[in-house]
Amino acid sequence: MICRISSCLPGVLLGQAANKNVKEHIVSNKKENQNIVDRIWNFFSSVTLAVIVFSLISVTSIVGTIVEQQAEPERNIKLLAKFFGESLAPTAYRIFDTLGFTNMYRSWWFITLLFVFAANLIICSLDRLPKIWKVVKEPIKPLSPELLNSMPLKREIALKGRPDNARSAVEAALKRIGFKANIRSEDGGLQIYAEKGRYSRLGVYVTHFSIILILIGAVVGIFFGFNASLNLLEGTSSPVAYTRNGKEVPLGFDLRCNDFEVSFYENSDTPKSFKSWLTILENGRPVKINGKEVTEIDVNSPLKYKGIMFYQSSYGFSPSKDSLFKISVTPGSGGKKEEIALRFGESFNIPGTNITGKIADFSPALSMDELGRLFTYAQTMNNPAVFIEFTEGGKLKYRQWILKRYPQTWSIPDGTVEFKDLWGAQYTGLQVRRDPGVWIVYLGCIIMAAGLYAAFFMSHARIWITLKEEKGGAKAIIAASTNKNKIAFEQKIEKLAGGLNG
Amino acid sequence: MDSSHFFGISGIAYILAMVAYIAYLAFKNSTVGVIATTITAIGFVSQTIAFIMRGAEFYDLGQMGIMRAIPLTNLYESLVFFVWCLILGYLVIEWKYKNRSFGAFITPIAGMALAFIDISGMDKNIHPLIPALQSNWLLVHVVLSFIAYATFAISFATGIMYLAITTENKKSGAYIFWTVTFGIFAAVLVAMGIDFLAFKIAARSPEAFIKSYLFKATFRNDSGIIAFLSYCGAAAFVFLVWRYGLALKKLIESFSISKDILDDLTYKSIAVGFPIYTLGGLIFGAIWADQAWGKYWSWDPKETWSLITWFVYAFYIHARFLRGWRGNKIAIVAVVGFISTIFTYLGVNLLLSGLHSYGGG
Ligand code: HEM
Repeated sequence: MICRISSCLPGVLLGQAANKNVKEHIVSNKKENQNIVDRIWNFFSSVTLAVIVFSLISVTSIVGTIVEQQAEPERNIKLLAKFFGESLAPTAYRIFDTLGFTNMYRSWWFITLLFVFAANLIICSLDRLPKIWKVVKEPIKPLSPELLNSMPLKREIALKGRPDNARSAVEAALKRIGFKANIRSEDGGLQIYAEKGRYSRLGVYVTHFSIILILIGAVVGIFFGFNASLNLLEGTSSPVAYTRNGKEVPLGFDLRCNDFEVSFYENSDTPKSFKSWLTILENGRPVKINGKEVTEIDVNSPLKYKGIMFYQSSYGFSPSKDSLFKISVTPGSGGKKEEIALRFGESFNIPGTNITGKIADFSPALSMDELGRLFTYAQTMNNPAVFIEFTEGGKLKYRQWILKRYPQTWSIPDGTVEFKDLWGAQYTGLQVRRDPGVWIVYLGCIIMAAGLYAAFFMSHARIWITLKEEKGGAKAIIAASTNKNKIAFEQKIEKLAGGLNG
Repeated sequence: MDSSHFFGISGIAYILAMVAYIAYLAFKNSTVGVIATTITAIGFVSQTIAFIMRGAEFYDLGQMGIMRAIPLTNLYESLVFFVWCLILGYLVIEWKYKNRSFGAFITPIAGMALAFIDISGMDKNIHPLIPALQSNWLLVHVVLSFIAYATFAISFATGIMYLAITTENKKSGAYIFWTVTFGIFAAVLVAMGIDFLAFKIAARSPEAFIKSYLFKATFRNDSGIIAFLSYCGAAAFVFLVWRYGLALKKLIESFSISKDILDDLTYKSIAVGFPIYTLGGLIFGAIWADQAWGKYWSWDPKETWSLITWFVYAFYIHARFLRGWRGNKIAIVAVVGFISTIFTYLGVNLLLSGLHSYGGG
């Protein structure tokens, strides 16, 4: 059983020490001669406070997940009407709003709660640290017979040979279960003692410390960083990003979007990836990042420059007269493929012929209904298509929809026309962030993982073996204790005893 | 045969296993026990095969390599994976503790989860990954979260069992707590079963199901009388559980599972689950959000609820070690922890709006 209270040594009994502390604490609160500092300290180191703060944060957070945060008042009024009825909903909303529940996680009282939580955690840990530190600093010592007797785990084994010979057998047996033996001779024999995982006792404190680190990282991020967004049309650049409230944040350089592209899974409108090709401009000149002027980003791989991160987060469609249709034309007569860019309404020539094509219509998302009529089903470039009229000598020859995603629509009687892109019509939606605290948060996370590992999966185990001469041989008395995972440790001790018997 | 057949076999196996375990509890016949274990193991193997096959189907569809073919991308797949972890955890416990009685409490959770999938008409189609979900961090985040959820489910079962065998006084808070929790659990499931029978229409998505069908046959019926009667029925059901809860105590007691073993199992499950949840659920989730959206924490409902769940289990650990809480009090915290877990997992997707596209399908 992983039970700290029953399996610890007297004196370093963490659970009991903690419990005693609580009681002392209650008693000492009643003392009149405490100064104010002591009182504050006691208040913040109390576990009761922790329990209260845990509960308060949880309960208020629940309310915060029901009331929609930072939303239009109407939305929440509608929501509240379900709980309080139509007539009371506006009043209820006003009360919730005044109390800060509509933007709760940024309200003064929620942040205060988090600070109280942090103070509680720091002071509570500091309060107990000296005691633990003493235990952790002091290596295992040989013990008196009475103390050995009080150990939770005990075994007696008769050994052949004198204690001196038995000694190496014990050392070997200890080594086999991963313990390094220390030896001291005492009257009538030897005491061999060993321990493992002493520092794991600090795991709890490491865990608590990591939580503080993460909170510090978050605060650093809030005060010294920013969170903004930026929509950049293909071909344009911007020296600023915009915060939630529409405030401009200067970047210190220009960011240009060269191109944006969504690709879809075959025969569906589920996007497979969206990518932007970005360039950083300093004083109007492109900067090389990793040796390249153009950096490709997609959803899980952002661009970082001078501490500012650009994340691909969304996209949109906003065509203009200047948007360019990029097509490639291959004449059927076996000529070379030609890349062409042109505006809406402009014409091009199929090389080697006197046929001209003119872009007469465009749909960002072309589809067909049951009756075979064409319509546009979305205002993003889900299925872009151009309608091209081909004429020869001023007379219409044929006309055709050419769909970017469907190569079977590219062929025309006189060759192939591939619709590659409508450039300058899509914008990339970027999340722009500077967060100098994020590495502190990450560090905190790593430390927390280590701390939790030590707190839950490691234990401080100690073994003392006294060897005494007995008629014709020696007797080994094993005494042992662990602060956690007693069952596994007992099995180890069995193994140790078995190793000595054999 | 494709993966869905194997999933079907495993679902049937778990429900049969539940029956067998209950029979085992009732008749104390060791042959029945062996049969129960065998059926569970067959279900588990079949589910493992199904999982691998679905991965292969995914691989063909997505064409993005093995790491992007692990079928853990929507609510359906994650529920199935949760059941898989739960059964694995249970088989380990059965083997280590040489005690089969827990099966009667774990297999119903597995059965319920799978029944929930069918009842809610959840979308079982394979959908290719949208860009935000194409991340290794997300993958480990999901895998570890569900392993943790499974350990929490075990602590829930042992916690309820603990309460069942230690409470006698029908007026005591602990007794009322466990019977009511248990009763509501069962009543909700029955109500969903009635929905299923009444409508039999597979809703497009869980959200659509919740909006148009959930509890429409009962609590939310258009006819006020039926709704009222449903509430009365549920209340009566909970009352019956309360009235005859002691029968369960007798049943468990007859099987020599001591309350210490139950308490220890509850703690151990949480002691394994809590660090995994912290790392996988919170930390990896935050790292993924950071990589994908540029924000490691945005207080969206899913994140907030996972934090609440984390606090409940942190509360469990501290109450146990610092305040010396034992017995009923601490078992109640464990049960509350799992209720919070369910809400984090399902309630947020189904009931609350959120940014999380994950789990929506
Ligand atoms: C949610 C945040 C917290 C987490 C994740 C956390 C984590 C932990 C863990 C893992 C343990 C070790 C339990 C074990 O040995 O099995 C522990 C022990 C402890 N925690 Fe926390 N803790 C948190 C908040 C707090 C707060 C706010 C306090 C302040 C009162 C506190 C005080 C303690 C104390 C005094 C111990 C026992 C230390 C010992 O055994 O020497 N913890 N905590």
